[in-house]
Amino acid sequence: MTELETSKQAALAAIAGAATLDALEEQRLAALSKKGWVSLALKTLGQMSPEERSAAAPAIQGARAEIAEAIEAKKAALEAAELEAQLARETLDLTLPAAAAPKGSVHPVSQVMDELAEIFADLGFAVATGPEIEDDWHNFTALNMDETHPARAMHDTFYFPDRTPEGREILLRTHTSPVQIRSMIAQGAPIRVIAPGRVYRSDSDATHTPMFHQVEGLVVDKGIHLGHLKWTLETFFKAFFEREDITLRLRPSYFPFTEPSVEVDVGYSTEGGRRVVGGHGDAPGHAWMELGGSGMVNARVLEFAGLDPEEWQGFAFGLGIDRIAMLKYGMNDLRAFFDGDPRWLQHYGFSPFDQPTLSAGVGARA
Amino acid sequence: MKFSLTWLKDHLETDATLAEITDALNAIGLEVEGVEDPAEKLAGFRVAHVLTAARHPDADKLQVLTVDTGEGDPLQVVCGAPNARAGMKGVLGLPGATVPANGMVLKKSAIRGVESNGMMCSVRELELGEDHDGIIELPDDAPVGADFASYHGASPVIEVAVTPNRPDCMGVYGIARDLAAKGLGTLKPIAMPAFSPSGACPVEIRTDDPEGCPAFYGRVIKGVKNGPSPDWLQQRLKSAGQRPISLLVDLTNYLMLGFGRPAHVYDLAKLQGAVVARRAKDGEEVLALNEKTYTLDSDMTVIADEVQVHDIAGIMGGEHSGVQDDTTDVLLEIAYFDPARIGATGRKLGLSSDARTRFERGVDPEFLDDGLDLLTGLIVELAGGTPSEVVRAGSPPSEAKVIAFDTGLTTRLGGVDVPQDEQRRILESLGFAVGADWQVTCPLRRHDIEGPADLVEEVVRIHGLDKVASVALPRVEGVARPTATPQQKLERGLRRAAAASGLNEAVTWSFLPEWAANHFTDGNDTPWVLANPISEDLKAMRPSLLPGLLIAAKRNADRGADGTRLFEIGRRYFRAADGLSDERPTLGIVLAGENIPRGWQAGKARPFDAYDAKALALELLEAAGAPVQNLMVMGEAGPQFHPGQSATLRLGPKVVLARFGMVHPATLKAFDMEGPVAAVELFLDAIPAKKNAAFARAPFTPPTLQSVTRDFAFLVPETLAAGDLVRAVQGADKAHIVAARVFDVFAGQGVPEGRKSLAIEVTLQPGDKSFTDADLKTIAEKVVAAAAKLDGELRG
Repeated sequence: MTELETSKQAALAAIAGAATLDALEEQRLAALSKKGWVSLALKTLGQMSPEERSAAAPAIQGARAEIAEAIEAKKAALEAAELEAQLARETLDLTLPAAAAPKGSVHPVSQVMDELAEIFADLGFAVATGPEIEDDWHNFTALNMDETHPARAMHDTFYFPDRTPEGREILLRTHTSPVQIRSMIAQGAPIRVIAPGRVYRSDSDATHTPMFHQVEGLVVDKGIHLGHLKWTLETFFKAFFEREDITLRLRPSYFPFTEPSVEVDVGYSTEGGRRVVGGHGDAPGHAWMELGGSGMVNARVLEFAGLDPEEWQGFAFGLGIDRIAMLKYGMNDLRAFFDGDPRWLQHYGFSPFDQPTLSAGVGARA
Repeated sequence: MKFSLTWLKDHLETDATLAEITDALNAIGLEVEGVEDPAEKLAGFRVAHVLTAARHPDADKLQVLTVDTGEGDPLQVVCGAPNARAGMKGVLGLPGATVPANGMVLKKSAIRGVESNGMMCSVRELELGEDHDGIIELPDDAPVGADFASYHGASPVIEVAVTPNRPDCMGVYGIARDLAAKGLGTLKPIAMPAFSPSGACPVEIRTDDPEGCPAFYGRVIKGVKNGPSPDWLQQRLKSAGQRPISLLVDLTNYLMLGFGRPAHVYDLAKLQGAVVARRAKDGEEVLALNEKTYTLDSDMTVIADEVQVHDIAGIMGGEHSGVQDDTTDVLLEIAYFDPARIGATGRKLGLSSDARTRFERGVDPEFLDDGLDLLTGLIVELAGGTPSEVVRAGSPPSEAKVIAFDTGLTTRLGGVDVPQDEQRRILESLGFAVGADWQVTCPLRRHDIEGPADLVEEVVRIHGLDKVASVALPRVEGVARPTATPQQKLERGLRRAAAASGLNEAVTWSFLPEWAANHFTDGNDTPWVLANPISEDLKAMRPSLLPGLLIAAKRNADRGADGTRLFEIGRRYFRAADGLSDERPTLGIVLAGENIPRGWQAGKARPFDAYDAKALALELLEAAGAPVQNLMVMGEAGPQFHPGQSATLRLGPKVVLARFGMVHPATLKAFDMEGPVAAVELFLDAIPAKKNAAFARAPFTPPTLQSVTRDFAFLVPETLAAGDLVRAVQGADKAHIVAARVFDVFAGQGVPEGRKSLAIEVTLQPGDKSFTDADLKTIAEKVVAAAAKLDGELRG
């Protein structure tokens, strides 16, 4: 074995044995730095005759390449081992809980109001509002319920001791119907509006709360009749419950502000102790449930609102928002709506991203 | 209103089934609220014959009977009734039958060791009456083995809701008329019992209040014998839910429930002199039949004799002159009272009665004479006596309304084609007179008919609302147009932004306990306070959304919740200058308890602080489109807030968009809560509406050169608001300083007493040339100079 070969073997052995990057660097310096033995060996080539040089050069250059390669490979191996050790030190217990961002929710009443707005917007209805602290003219008189009308007895009304400048009584509106009057006075006809909002009656038991939510619908135009009312309610309920088998039954009834007046029933069945809207109420296992009142706007109401009943006619309806929310989403206790219990709100509330859209279906499934 | 099928059939000749009748009632607007079939309740009860009765071997009060049930061998039955005896007929409940009164299912059993195969029943056990002294005794001719329900003549009872516009259907006869019009059968004429009046009425009758009582008819019957009513009458009253009292009382009730016609019977012996309809005197008192004393006033009509008031007209009779079992001579009263006055009187006295319900809605002005004759005839037939001639004071309204009716309106308004002949038939069957020219004369009992639309309703409800076909509303071409107002869009967006921030939306009462409303009123306004609240807790309209949310948060804390983050979007109620309501849209937030629970990373639980409230206020104001960069943080959040840990966010010095901070300990105490609690209120009405911007955004022009940051630390007076320093720094060189941000606040070691250190990172944006050292030096000098004006010195 030549001297070169011996040195090379020794160097390769040392490189293989280097335990650290520093030890490896020492070997690189010893062999390949300017003063390193390989570099010195290369320098000797300059003093050789061409024949000697071409005989010696490949061995020396080969040794340099072999050592450089061994150092690179060893360096990569040591770095990989070091990274591995570092990563091992950085191991986390990922079964530990991550910080949780609180989740908020939208109240079912708001969600259903948004659903109503979305559906009725498609039918050309705007959303109208009015004051909750009303006067008796808008709440009763203009709706054809005069001072002595028995219907005033039907509503147990909350009154304030105050009076308006005209001397009208001030009360909490007992229905959203005064918004009909205000909308017609402000906008005239033709008009299509819904008016969702809070209403108040002096009533409190297991199924009644002194405050609840209603939505009023009003269409006044030329040639509007009961058939349009029926279609509108059917169309709304089909979109709202996202079922095609919604069947409505109209029954004659009485409201002072409509003539003819119509009570609206919907067919339902009971599944697992819950009412499920759909089907014909007279079909086996089905029954009818009252959903709201409606009718053709009484000519006197149109007159009170400044419209000529010879020219205009229309329909109005009122539905309980809390009630249709309960029917759709399965709540069974109205009082809990107003309790502000986060457990209930989380359970029955909606993600902020459940914004109702017609393309996705307005409802948010459980 | 409740009535039995038998009673209905007194007036309606029909073959219709019960189901057909109830469907028809619903279809014509007489909503069926329930049907009770006593035959179902009485299933398994039979007419039985007691063959033998012997003393129970082990019980003094029990007997062992053998009872023939009409089939098979006689059954042995143990019975405790004192009247049980051999030979009698009674009602036996067989094993499997359910006792109506208590729901007990009968079964074969041993009573004190003796086998019993059923139960002999009392009247009360079968819910046929109150009597429970012994078992039912049936007449000897009762057929043994017969189903007791059919023997008893149990008839299904129908309960309908009569709407207030239809007092003419507050009697069985009126309901029969409507059903006949619907085609369910034929209306029978009223069977008028014959009687012969003799002699003038011995009592003078007058109406001195022709406005309140336009008509007062009367008649005296002498020599009547009061007592219990016959079965047919008792059964009818019971089906209506009325307790039979005595013949004379029951017959007036029968007239009212059967024909919608209240009447009154006075004991003539208790009356003195003329009987007069007049106004009550202020302060006059009457003891009514409900045994309560009412104090009357001069707006009320009464019936009185020379001595005292005997009747709160149209509402309730007086105790003094009410008929008794020993009454022999009576005065009958049939009157027509002004509906409005009856309603007003009833409301004022807080007194309801079946009579008031009918009078205030309007009874039939054409049914005074017939009603009086019917009542007289029945009394004479059942109680005997000699009736006088009728005496009439005044007269009821008699002018019938005539409406020019265009039958085409039925299609135009009702949306259904009904042939003219059918429209005529319907109207005539309801008692309207239809002239050849379609001048329609309304029956006086139909107070609800005002115009052609009412006639459309009559035609359509009888013809059938189910025949109205759905017709699509005309719609605009293309896609529906947006309809939401800016305010509606703001509220919708804000609601979802708040929920996305981790808040739960609550809906709390609009009304509060008065103290809670006052606590949040700040003395600037008087809250709206209800005159007739349902409870003290729901009395005053909220001037802020915070009290309702605090009350909810307290409930949650009481339930053991660790943290509550609630928001609500709703109205605050104020008074406008004109005294009307001023309702302002508002968002309220209450953050109570822990914001971050204790954890392995965070350590101890962290309660909510004022900066949590500030972050939400700014985030939501931004979501609402408010210019949050331009807002000033100022004080005066209100006395409900911690004075040192609360602020308002203002657009200019006057326009307050929001308040936020920690709730004042005194407020927490008032609401009985543990702290700390943070709160936010956004005043949505104060947020300027977004300008009607175009969809296209401004072009995107990022700066060509990178920005650089420089840090400055200033020693400032410890009272200096960081925001003031930041604003000063930002304004030092507006051309180049694009942002300034506090990244450290420090006081203590190394900082002189009374001062604090504020470290600010300033972002500088070069224009078209990079900054030179000289540029940066100049800017830094401007920053330092600006801070110096606020007594800030650059830290070395």
